[in-house]
Amino acid sequence: MYLAIVFLPLLGAVIAGLITLVGARNRLPGQDPPPPHDGHAAPLVPEGSARGAPRPQDAHAEIAHSSVEQHEPAEPSASGSPAAELITTTLLAISWVLSCYAFYDVGFLEHDAHVTVFNFITSGDLKVDWSLRIDPLTVVMLVVVTTVSGLVHLYSIGYMADDPYKPRFFSYLSFFTFAMLMLVTADNLAQLFFGWEGVGLASYLLIGFWFYKPEANAAAIKAFLVNRVGDFGFSLGIFAAFYLTGSIVFDTVFAQAPALVGKSFHFLSFDADMLTVICLLLFMGAMGKSAQFLLHTWLPDAMEGPTPVSALIHAATMVTAGVFMVARLSPLFELAPYAKSFVLFIGATTAIFAATVGLVQNDIKRIVAYSTCSQLGYMFVAMGSGAYSIGMFHLFTHAFFKALLFLGCGSVILAMHHEQDIRNMGGLWRKIPFTYATMLIGTLALTGFPFTAGFFSKDAIIEADDAIAGTIASYGFIMTVAAAALTSFYSWRLIFKTFHGEPHDRHHYDAARESPLVMLIPLAVLAIGSIGAGWPFVHIFEGLGAEEFFRSSLMIGANNHVLEAMEHLPLAISLAPTVMMLVGFLVAYQFYMRRPDLPVALAREQRVLYEFLLNAWYFDRIYDTLIVRPTLWLGRLLWKGGDGFVIDGFGPDGVSTRVLDVTRSVVRLQTGYLYHYAFAMLIGVAAFVTWFMFVGGPH
Amino acid sequence: MIIGLEHYLVVAAILFTLGIFGIFLNRKNVIIILMSVELILLAVNINLVAFSSFLGDIVGQVYALIVLTVAAAEASIGLAILVAYYRNRGSIAVEDINLMKG
Repeated sequence: MYLAIVFLPLLGAVIAGLITLVGARNRLPGQDPPPPHDGHAAPLVPEGSARGAPRPQDAHAEIAHSSVEQHEPAEPSASGSPAAELITTTLLAISWVLSCYAFYDVGFLEHDAHVTVFNFITSGDLKVDWSLRIDPLTVVMLVVVTTVSGLVHLYSIGYMADDPYKPRFFSYLSFFTFAMLMLVTADNLAQLFFGWEGVGLASYLLIGFWFYKPEANAAAIKAFLVNRVGDFGFSLGIFAAFYLTGSIVFDTVFAQAPALVGKSFHFLSFDADMLTVICLLLFMGAMGKSAQFLLHTWLPDAMEGPTPVSALIHAATMVTAGVFMVARLSPLFELAPYAKSFVLFIGATTAIFAATVGLVQNDIKRIVAYSTCSQLGYMFVAMGSGAYSIGMFHLFTHAFFKALLFLGCGSVILAMHHEQDIRNMGGLWRKIPFTYATMLIGTLALTGFPFTAGFFSKDAIIEADDAIAGTIASYGFIMTVAAAALTSFYSWRLIFKTFHGEPHDRHHYDAARESPLVMLIPLAVLAIGSIGAGWPFVHIFEGLGAEEFFRSSLMIGANNHVLEAMEHLPLAISLAPTVMMLVGFLVAYQFYMRRPDLPVALAREQRVLYEFLLNAWYFDRIYDTLIVRPTLWLGRLLWKGGDGFVIDGFGPDGVSTRVLDVTRSVVRLQTGYLYHYAFAMLIGVAAFVTWFMFVGGPH
Repeated sequence: MIIGLEHYLVVAAILFTLGIFGIFLNRKNVIIILMSVELILLAVNINLVAFSSFLGDIVGQVYALIVLTVAAAEASIGLAILVAYYRNRGSIAVEDINLMKG
């Protein structure tokens, strides 16, 4: 069964991939792909045919009418699109059903499983198997991944209806799901790393899915490179773990970890605690994948990809891989308090940083992206506090409402014909009431409105943070509470600017229509999840129930009493996030409903601050100056100076060039004139004669 | 003045040198090169005949006759090549004959 869960999406990816290849062969026999489209967002969605069942002929005719100014001929959908959609979605649905059963079987009946698929590497002491480790932590992730992925597959059928490359898209989506499932079922660090890189690859492919857009390609490369920085630390962490324990299988590493407490590396003149070093290196990978402070820059840019991708990869599943990893490695982190504090610090910083940036963004998807970044910060705060189950709880609920928000954004974007700037929207609730309702639910859940899913998990994180002592914990508490207010503000700002007020773009407003049913079903399901994923699961993620549910998959150290201490917090602390949420809502209401001129005046007055936030604390510019430019300069130096001058001047190429120079001058001796040859002969004869006369000759 | 062997040899040497310089210094016509080659052969002939007479050995004069026939054959072949070359390339100026240029 577990094999089916993991490998059915791979099967779907392979089939859809084959359909893509066959389709491409049929369409372009022995030719290069068509020249790239020249411009702005998806040129393949013609006016007025953005929704409804795919009708190739109609779409075709309308394209011919409405986009005369576009030079490129619009392409029809690749052949086999419906088959690819159906197959991948069905396989994923099966996988989802099995996952739900696994959740029940493992989570409540405690039938943990361990499936060895086959041996991967055996080299000296290193033994790596492909094996699936099914425990409560895994099944929670299985449910999250397959649920969101399945719904996104379904949603994409509607969202991508006018895209000519559907089989490729679905193939990538299914491949991503497979890699993510491989990641969460990993039994050893190598397999975790495999899944880790697999999702990175899928993310790269999907961000750059619209390959004719230069920004999309740049964003894809950026995401890949920034993640490599994190992966560098991650792989060093794996090496260190193998060096110290002689194994990379989780059980063995965890069993040996207590013996490493207090031991330290001697590196140069430093003594570094072994476990702290390993944990920090591994966490570096998590920072990259989960877009934490300093390595977050790729996530907002990743919004260049199609919106379902943003929902699946850059909100609900892949970016939570870092959180999952810390939870999975909780036996290590429990023994490394400094590393835990660092996790908490980074998480809290990310939460507040992303929330402040989210306040002023204008691109609807970027707001949600920064919100994701911020919520991931929350999860890491929980991890750093030692409340692993609470972090997993937030991951679980966040997947629902963030996927909902993103898919809702997709619906809005589609209704507005790929307009993403919220300044050009307004009053849309009359036009797309269903999307509005679901987005409202998602926003309530995100802001932590009482009794929605986000309320339980987010408040629990803030409480857990307050329940532990220390400077960093206090810092985390202040930051997360402040971020709660900011979250509420920017979420409501998005809602008010998009759905309320007067429409700013009459043309688009009049053309706006509700999305097709196939897109609304996922929205509805996720909306139900956003409300209902909270309280039924409180007892398995929080308090003493968490230990019963997660058992040995999450390690709670002997000195770790977070979950217990949470029960005894004063009422004021528990109420703080809710109060903050109300404050944020009221401010947003004042700013965007009652006095729309206020924010404009404020932005003008606080010019510097506004620019600072709008440019995301100038991180892109700082990185450009500090890293990108010096790297380019170094590369150019090595290219021009090192390769061009030294290697080509004196190396192999240089030698061959010198030989050529010599031969070229020798060749010049051969004038071709007869008398020159004769003269040379004469000189020779004269020389011989002279020699014989004075040296040789008869004696 | 008694004309001795030296005089013949000097004349032959002068002719030989003229022939050599005729080859080198000539920039105009391939025919002049051919004539210079004839001049060199004549200088050799004079030497052969002079030594033959001086040493009283008839073989030298016989050899001179053989050289004369070879020279005639060579001149005819050389001229034939020149005619063919002119037909092919339209010029027999020395400057233009440099197909062997590297």
